Amino acid sequence: MLTEQFLLLGASFLPMNILVCLSKVPDTTSKISFTDNNTRFNTQGVQFILNPSDEWYALVRAIEIKESLGKGSVAAVMVGGAEDDSLLRKAVAIGADTLYRINAQPQDAYSVARMLADFIKGQSFDLVMTGRETIDYNGGEVPAMLAELLGWELVSPVNKLDIIDGKVRIESELGALTEVLECDLPLVVSAAKGLADQRIPNMWGIRNSRLAVIHVIEPSPVAPLTRIVKFDLPPAKGQVKMIPADQPELLVKLLHEEAKVI
Amino acid sequence: MNILILAETHHGTFRKSALEAATYARKIASTVSGKVLALTYGIEADHAASLGEYGVDEVLLLSGEPDPLGLTEAMAHAVKEKNIDLAVLAYNIVGRHVAPRLSARLEAGLISGAIELPQWQNGTMLVRKNVFSGKAIATVECSTPLKILAFAPNSTQPEKSPVHTAVVSYAPPLPVSRIHKVEVREKKGEVSLPDAEIVVSAGRGLKGPENWGIVEDLARALGAATACSRPVADVGWRPHHEHVGQTGLTIRPNLYIAIGISGAIQHLAGVNQSKVIVVINKDPEAPFFKAADYGIVGDAFEVVPKITEAVRKLKAST
Repeated sequence: MLTEQFLLLGASFLPMNILVCLSKVPDTTSKISFTDNNTRFNTQGVQFILNPSDEWYALVRAIEIKESLGKGSVAAVMVGGAEDDSLLRKAVAIGADTLYRINAQPQDAYSVARMLADFIKGQSFDLVMTGRETIDYNGGEVPAMLAELLGWELVSPVNKLDIIDGKVRIESELGALTEVLECDLPLVVSAAKGLADQRIPNMWGIRNSRLAVIHVIEPSPVAPLTRIVKFDLPPAKGQVKMIPADQPELLVKLLHEEAKVI
Repeated sequence: MNILILAETHHGTFRKSALEAATYARKIASTVSGKVLALTYGIEADHAASLGEYGVDEVLLLSGEPDPLGLTEAMAHAVKEKNIDLAVLAYNIVGRHVAPRLSARLEAGLISGAIELPQWQNGTMLVRKNVFSGKAIATVECSTPLKILAFAPNSTQPEKSPVHTAVVSYAPPLPVSRIHKVEVREKKGEVSLPDAEIVVSAGRGLKGPENWGIVEDLARALGAATACSRPVADVGWRPHHEHVGQTGLTIRPNLYIAIGISGAIQHLAGVNQSKVIVVINKDPEAPFFKAADYGIVGDAFEVVPKITEAVRKLKAST
């Protein structure tokens, strides 16, 4: 009886090693422009941030899980160059324990997923967390590619995640459906709205982040499968048509006859 | 060139995304000559044959309703067995699982979120997609032998193009997911937001969750989904899954009606790909008016019920 109880308790206190994949993206308010005959994103004067859903949802939830279990670790990884180290350190300021940088410039989703998968295969992570989508290329392809390359299952999007008796319990909102899922580890999850709230680093965290060691991984080269050949700005929006507040039926008429959307 | 589409079903009928995929693939096939095949499930063979009206030559019908892992396996199997050069699917909830998995498994280049038909240059496929949350359009090229094209939902409308079609049952061995579904909650009668054609959205201007009735009434009259801005989801006036914007959902409906939302850049990032935007705000300086097609400066509590009334009249007369 005692042994059984002990085993049950033990299962719920297994150390969890969580890896959070982070991306560097231009700040939301950045002016988007291009150079080299519109083939390259112009980084001049652009402020870079951690991708919001990677940081606010995946990383913060990973740290909350570690704190609630009282055991385990949270590592953060980014594919990037030495110029990205200061951004990566923010993960420690928020509460991550270990930092890895895969020393390469991201080319396409596949090459990033392959480099991440090659790295993860040599480690012993139980749970890999990513954000649902980056705000630069908006692909959202890496989570499923990563799961495929690791031979793991994927849950996406993840709006709620708890560890109960060593199992992962997830709520996934799919339009008008919400699925409640129970999953074994290892697992890849892609984090979305609701999973956690943004955390502001405290003084202690900022101090730790300055001292943090970044483990630099040299990846085997991976050829990308796709390539961006050109950027265009979207066509300028026409002038807004203002409708007097006392003529709402005019709006409905225009939506029906002119815009043909209702 | 042989094209394979994934044709999704729901309660025994094809989803709109299935007809969009068939239309999209038929249009490509008509420029490069080749067959269009569809992989489907969860539908009677007689009904499955209706894909022929949208230009599908052969329908591969799976038994049961496989999960994304099973669909990936079935697609990979069909790609090899049927000499497929291009896989086409909608980049929606299921497509976001299947397309990247297929790409990684078969080392096939994936272009996701395509907004137009592809162009071809000596076997290279070029496709345009929105990037930087709608602030730019990228042209992406792919030259791998097998290519995967996942189009943005709502970027193409189903069009009929009847061909003779054959339905065959298809039974490759499929893996079973270890993920256990404990519970599925369905919000009955609600239009699903990610693929809604019309969305009615509201923000802090509504002053409190008890005032959402006017938003829901308009949505019901239009057959629209409801959405909200981030502050409203953050304070719990509305559920998280309704939050559209940079850190919530990105949507591209035909019509987006924003009520009492000022139009912060983070909100615009999630909705600026909508075809037509209507903004209703009492502040004439609200930045959202700059991104709108139609605008009304006025009190939502007075204006919105009148719009609902006018919509009801229109629907009754047509």
